[in-house]
Amino acid sequence: MTAIVNIFLKDGVLDPQGKAIHHALDAMNFEGVEDVRMGKQIVLKLSTDNKEEAQKEVEQMAQEILANTVIEDYTIELL
Amino acid sequence: MKRIAILQFPGTNCDLDTKYAFEKLGCSTTIVWHKESKLPSNIDLVVVPGGFSYGDYLRAGAIAKFSPIMSAVKEFANGGGKVLGICNGFQILTEAGLLPGALKRNIGLHFISRFQTMKVVNNTNAFLQKCDKDEILNIPIAHADGNYYIDKEGFKELEANEQILLRYSDEKGEPVVVNGSITSIAGVCNKNKNVFGLMPHPERAIETILGSTDGIKMLKGLIA
Repeated sequence: MTAIVNIFLKDGVLDPQGKAIHHALDAMNFEGVEDVRMGKQIVLKLSTDNKEEAQKEVEQMAQEILANTVIEDYTIELL
Repeated sequence: MKRIAILQFPGTNCDLDTKYAFEKLGCSTTIVWHKESKLPSNIDLVVVPGGFSYGDYLRAGAIAKFSPIMSAVKEFANGGGKVLGICNGFQILTEAGLLPGALKRNIGLHFISRFQTMKVVNNTNAFLQKCDKDEILNIPIAHADGNYYIDKEGFKELEANEQILLRYSDEKGEPVVVNGSITSIAGVCNKNKNVFGLMPHPERAIETILGSTDGIKMLKGLIA
């Protein structure tokens, strides 16, 4: 089973990298971009096929190391 | 003679400067490799020095917090032992939960390396006890992720408990935006005032020939 963890800065926490990308897009005349948030994606290959078990395990990984929950939110997708 | 333990992770690069600084102030120092599970006995202070532990992979300080030595550091801190984190050391201590808040990428995205003036916000703690309140210090900074963040509630608590140590300022003491930190915060301590973290490098400001000796009074506070 594959787990995809997407990590982004929380809403309300200023994202300097997203902002810089937004500036660049503006400078390139891409119109209509209202906001840019930059995050990271971590793809995990898991030995288990049990969705519930995987969800629990990855949740713990995200809480303890993959994300810094002081400033970041995360989503977990299991495939 | 005060005994200082200086941690060394893969990628730490200010360990020897820190050793030099504390030895100049008459301390004995031991460099402790991160794989150790115990700190030397009878130490007075643990310093987590600057650098790029684990190449800043994932987030600055995120991997270092799981090094074996960090359990011993937590135990030492929870027992009231003094811990100082400088630059990457500050990032590691916030990641490890020993200090509140987090450090994000600088607002301008640049790595900033230069001398910077800053104001002493509170001196009711061991670290800044030798400095005057509102004193302006000139200390080098060198970081890409020094943009201090804490939520509103946490910030209120910091202020109420006098946990804000330093703010980047101009020479008159007016706060200046350096890296995007909330209210220009450059350093904080924990509620018990035994764990300290700051982005500036006091260990690099101890020789006149290198531009400033303002770091001496900071470090002296910890070994008084």
